[in-house]
Amino acid sequence: MYVAVKGGERAIANAHAWLAEERRGDTDVADLSVTQIREQLKLAVDRVMAEGSLYDPDLAALAIKQSRGDLIEAIFLIRAYRTTLPRFGASEPVSTGEMACDRRISATFKDLPGGQVLGPTFDYTHRLLDFKLAADGEVPEAPSRDVAPGDVPHVTEFLNREGLIEEAPAEDTTPPDLTREPLEMPASRALRLQALTRADEGFTLGLAYSTQRGYGRNHAFVGELRIGMVPVEMEIPELGFAIEIGEITLTECETVNQFKGSKTEPPQFTRGYGLVFGQSERKSISMALVDRALRWEELGEDNVGAPAQDAEFVLYHADNIQATGFLEHIKLPHYVDFQSELELVRKLRREAGADQVPEAAE
Amino acid sequence: MTDQDYNFAYLDEQTKRMIRRAILKGLAIPGYQVPFASREMPMPYGWGTGGVQVSAAVLTPEDTFKVIDQGADDTTNAVSIRSFFQRTAGVTTTTKTSDASVIQTRHRIPEEALTEDQILVYQVPIPEPLRFLEPRESETRKMHSLEEYGLMHVKLYEDISRHGHIATSYAYPVKVEGRYVMDPSPIPKFDNPKLGDMAAIQLFGAGREQRIYALPPYTQVVSLDFEDHPFEASKADHPCGLCGAEESYLDEVIVDDAGGRMFVCSDTDYCDARQAAGYKGKDAA
Repeated sequence: MYVAVKGGERAIANAHAWLAEERRGDTDVADLSVTQIREQLKLAVDRVMAEGSLYDPDLAALAIKQSRGDLIEAIFLIRAYRTTLPRFGASEPVSTGEMACDRRISATFKDLPGGQVLGPTFDYTHRLLDFKLAADGEVPEAPSRDVAPGDVPHVTEFLNREGLIEEAPAEDTTPPDLTREPLEMPASRALRLQALTRADEGFTLGLAYSTQRGYGRNHAFVGELRIGMVPVEMEIPELGFAIEIGEITLTECETVNQFKGSKTEPPQFTRGYGLVFGQSERKSISMALVDRALRWEELGEDNVGAPAQDAEFVLYHADNIQATGFLEHIKLPHYVDFQSELELVRKLRREAGADQVPEAAE
Repeated sequence: MTDQDYNFAYLDEQTKRMIRRAILKGLAIPGYQVPFASREMPMPYGWGTGGVQVSAAVLTPEDTFKVIDQGADDTTNAVSIRSFFQRTAGVTTTTKTSDASVIQTRHRIPEEALTEDQILVYQVPIPEPLRFLEPRESETRKMHSLEEYGLMHVKLYEDISRHGHIATSYAYPVKVEGRYVMDPSPIPKFDNPKLGDMAAIQLFGAGREQRIYALPPYTQVVSLDFEDHPFEASKADHPCGLCGAEESYLDEVIVDDAGGRMFVCSDTDYCDARQAAGYKGKDAA
């Protein structure tokens, strides 16, 4: 077998060797273990799982280590790995009402059944660098108490009893699968939510923020934000019934949005929804705001031309793996195109009489 | 030699079947962009994932594979894609155009005429020729189905009225069999005349944009123009500095810091073969 070998091949191999060495850093400093990343950089792990669309904290931690902490690169590693995995089937829908909540807050009611649970949040920390952490990472054990058993009801259910919030009827249709079918417009809400949950956190945040500042404003209250573990059940054909196959941590945000009514809908509160793998608060709130903005058409609202209302704009540009790949491809050689542009610009300049610079020696 | 952890040519057979269906549909409707469920590949979007998926779907163990980028076999991304298929498919590779049964290319069509036994796979960044006139996919698909190409002609006309020429030098739009306007990928317009009536099968893969389109052998492909401003394939007005070729597409290479430059064939195999046959340009060693 003849294999073509040219200079580029050695350059690539050497670049990879150098990269590996740089990734490791100073060998006098202990190697960072994957379990350390999994346990101590958990929010990074969660983001990689969410945008990588693969719930596996160990693989996400490995990806972060391999990518030197570049999270988009880590997400890319996870995405590329996940496409090679066989698909055994689909789980039953998870029930977030059954969530064992680590955190559960509502901004719309002071108190409510199930209570307000702050959980492990940065919210009221003073953002002062903790120099003690630089010396020693030990922390005292946090106080704990037992949790009352039973499901924690959703805040929107209370509003729903009064008919104040739009109905969200249960639906049994199988949602489309973004990873198995090409994204085509118009996209159903299920498909939009699927795209948003794996969308880039920064992009989603920016879009959500733009709606708050008036580009498609839909004033949102955080009806509820909850973070915790939910069981995942799957029906095994051989058994004929569903069994629990594991637990995953999810962040769910339900926004309650002001709505004065439209030509087709009465005045009522409307909903935005965010659901993301792991503890991903910023992302799930952003997702809920963007979801609500994208719903203008079904609610009979006006399209004011805001970016966050434009499903094509949002969905085609939200995926950071697509975006970063295409952005960075301009590093690849473009000699041929550039040459044809050179010829064209020279010709146009010649004809416009602008070509006064003497030709350089050839 | 082959990486046993992955299926032949990386993709699983079901995915390949899905891609082959899209290719067959593309061949049946020349120039029409077929949506397909592009997979995430282990190289970035924009770096040839569409071409790689199409190559993976058409490669067989008996194939001989060639990869070029800007016409050259030794550009880094061509090297990277070639080694990907060496690793995952174990196919024989070559740099010789006539020896290859499948050629994956970015931005060029080889100088040497291809044959009926060959497949040319293009990497496509933006498959939609109307994209920069209308950013919305839902609109451009409608324009194609209604054969509504007035906007493109207006754009070309505006170029002529402003510059005296059509100011598109690469990714120059073509019309296929009198029906679909197609983006030939960012090949220089010098290569456009080779698209039509080609003996080989031409397949175009856009991974990020999830589109495949195709030109079956001997398809009529016409570069858009006007009667009084006919299409003109252009290249640098020099012979190749290494092999002296007058008819090949040239890259401009800067050779010193005084602005000195030389022109060499962008198709490295073509240039090497000519030099081996004794042709010599004025800058040859």
